[in-house]
Amino acid sequence: MSTSFEKMDEFVNLKETELRLGLPGTDNVCEEREKVSCCNKRALPSEIESSTRKSETSPPRKGQIVGWPPVRSYRKNNIQTKKNESDNEGQGIYVKVSMDGAPYLRKIDLSCYKGYSELLKALEMMFKFCVGEYSERQGYEGSDFVPTYEDKDGDWMLIGDVPWEMFVRTCKRLRIMKGSEAKGLGCVV
Amino acid sequence: MNLRLPSKVLEHIISFIDSNEDRNSVSLVCKSWFETERKTRKRVFVGNCYAITPAAVARRFPEMRSLTLKGKPHFADYNLVPDGWGGYAWPWIEAMAKKSPSLEEIRLKRMVVTDECLELIAASFKDFKVLVLTSCEGFSTDGIAAIAATCRNLRVLELRECIVEDLGGDWLSYFPETSTSLVSLDFSCLDSEVKLSDLERLVSRSPDLKSLKLNPAVTVDGLESLLRRAPQLTELGTGSFSAELKPEAFSKLSEAFTNCKQLKCLSGLWDVLPEYLPALYSVCPGLTSLNLSYATVRMPDLVELLRRCSKLQKLWVMDLIEDKGLETVASCCKELRELRVFPSVPDLDATNVALTEQGLVFVSQGCPKLESVLYFCVQFTNAALITIARNRPNIKCFRLCVIEPFAPDYKTNEPLDKGFKAIAERCKYLQRLSVSGLLTDKAFKYIAKHAKKVRMLSVAFAGDSDLMLHHLLSGCESLKKLEIRDCPFGDTALLENASKLETMRSLWLSSCFVSFGACKLLSQKMPRLNVEVIDEHPPETRPESSPVERIYIYRTVAGPRLDMPEFVWTIHKNPEIGVSHLAIK
Repeated sequence: MSTSFEKMDEFVNLKETELRLGLPGTDNVCEEREKVSCCNKRALPSEIESSTRKSETSPPRKGQIVGWPPVRSYRKNNIQTKKNESDNEGQGIYVKVSMDGAPYLRKIDLSCYKGYSELLKALEMMFKFCVGEYSERQGYEGSDFVPTYEDKDGDWMLIGDVPWEMFVRTCKRLRIMKGSEAKGLGCVV
Repeated sequence: MNLRLPSKVLEHIISFIDSNEDRNSVSLVCKSWFETERKTRKRVFVGNCYAITPAAVARRFPEMRSLTLKGKPHFADYNLVPDGWGGYAWPWIEAMAKKSPSLEEIRLKRMVVTDECLELIAASFKDFKVLVLTSCEGFSTDGIAAIAATCRNLRVLELRECIVEDLGGDWLSYFPETSTSLVSLDFSCLDSEVKLSDLERLVSRSPDLKSLKLNPAVTVDGLESLLRRAPQLTELGTGSFSAELKPEAFSKLSEAFTNCKQLKCLSGLWDVLPEYLPALYSVCPGLTSLNLSYATVRMPDLVELLRRCSKLQKLWVMDLIEDKGLETVASCCKELRELRVFPSVPDLDATNVALTEQGLVFVSQGCPKLESVLYFCVQFTNAALITIARNRPNIKCFRLCVIEPFAPDYKTNEPLDKGFKAIAERCKYLQRLSVSGLLTDKAFKYIAKHAKKVRMLSVAFAGDSDLMLHHLLSGCESLKKLEIRDCPFGDTALLENASKLETMRSLWLSSCFVSFGACKLLSQKMPRLNVEVIDEHPPETRPESSPVERIYIYRTVAGPRLDMPEFVWTIHKNPEIGVSHLAIK
């Protein structure tokens, strides 16, 4: 038992001699801990001994963790299509989401969300940006990013323009546009 | 006494050594053993295509006949590695085409393979026999056609879970018109329909065919016709069964299966309707491997099938089997060595299926030879883990995925530390381990202390601090591959244990709190590691202390990669010059 405590002490003291960047006396490692993952809302190490492990913030929103559970896309796709064919519950409406400037595509399941506000919050968390204020006349104002989608007819529409159910039925994929292109779309009345 | 064996004798002795690990040891004894070994190695395995250059491999092993390469890190399977990261097969194929034209077998996993690669293979290797592509992408059916048309001695062509641009089923007609030497054909991942008549004729003129895995486009009628022509098959991947059951079709299919007296492995079974399962009953007693993981069949029908499979060694199934089904497996499949249970709804909103930890406990009790487990379950308990460990100390591979992140023992609300401790302690031969559920740093202390043979470890949403990483890197002696996502440690443990990283193949960290500054430091300290920061936002534009999204660290003697995309940063990158590209073709 005591050896493990000694080892802990040793390890803790390593901090004194650890290689770090920044001026001596600053402890910038702790300050700038951006939460890069929406799911890693853990209590800090000081709470190791706490008996209840519920984290303070809400548990990760369902359907949003990339690559979890760890099932290969090949498998997901093969089961998914079968499910869509066999039961028409609309379970698993996967659409691709791209953001201008980001080298990745993500996939989300539209059936996880009950409405636009949930969807937009999820997109904001996923791609780390903010949408502006939405109004029917002006589209999205106050941000460089505009969420759009391509519908069944191949037209690019602003997210929010049509009723939610219709959106879910007709949406083929999402694209978060940036900059001038976005402005053009937003102003169409 | 100086024992010096004549080199011919030494060569003869070494030629009996098959295992590459043993050959690696042999090559370290002295220079002459190194030389003899390298001249006799025929099967070469490169676990990380960036760890060494193709030219170096070709130079070292002049008698190479078989090359196996792996590209992207394992977590690429779960979309954690952005497209365009790398893993290109071209430089390897190009080099081998020039330097190792006697190459006969190529096996690639998680690599980008283009049609040009496939055409070059077809054109360069005169006696090419085996092509196995697993989880690869970047090619189309045109490339496959080139292989089929040109490789006259082709024995094995397997496309396993590849992403292929499917331009139609014509590729099949490119196989030589006279008899083929095909032993194994797997095109299960292709979408489009292949002409049944082409397939029938191919099967008829391939007398050595033992393994055939069809794609879902092949119907029940097609399957029946093919089985009649190839009753000698030992491995079969069916097409799909979604057609309505016609009594005549059913009896024909039954009969066809009855004639396949050597069938050992069965897979495919997409959409199999329960009404078709009795057609399989005749082959069940002989089956050693059954993959039902794409079959959305429910428990009672599954049980009827499984209770007839007394020789089964490998079972892949969906959670639709439920605890009850696994109880039957435990009592009927006494030869079972490997069990994989996949989620039928692969997202966090898991359906309320009656599969719990009890199912795995049953199997651990009833199947004395069980050594490999992959189990997806919504939640788990320490008691179950401890029982499993006690029952099956012979487990070599234990991968538990508790689908709910941070889920504690649902009966006691404690972390699952004790459970995984039992697994690590009791399963002394454990080589591969994946942990999940709520875990504190203590769990990793136990794993580090006991799991001395673990070579590959996967961790997600676990631990409290740098201690967890420190335990793993300082304690797990046999560790070769470590992959971690979403854990709350920072720079300290990584920097403290830098030298460990040279003893490992690779380390993957994503969504942790390791800073850009630490990555730079590590790179400077350890020149024989490639430290790749894979981040959407160029890290150079952010404070050194800000955490990076993904880090992939691997030992290499090949130096910096020349084919890095924009979003991969290493210390070798010169921002003014920009990214340097190899011709990727």
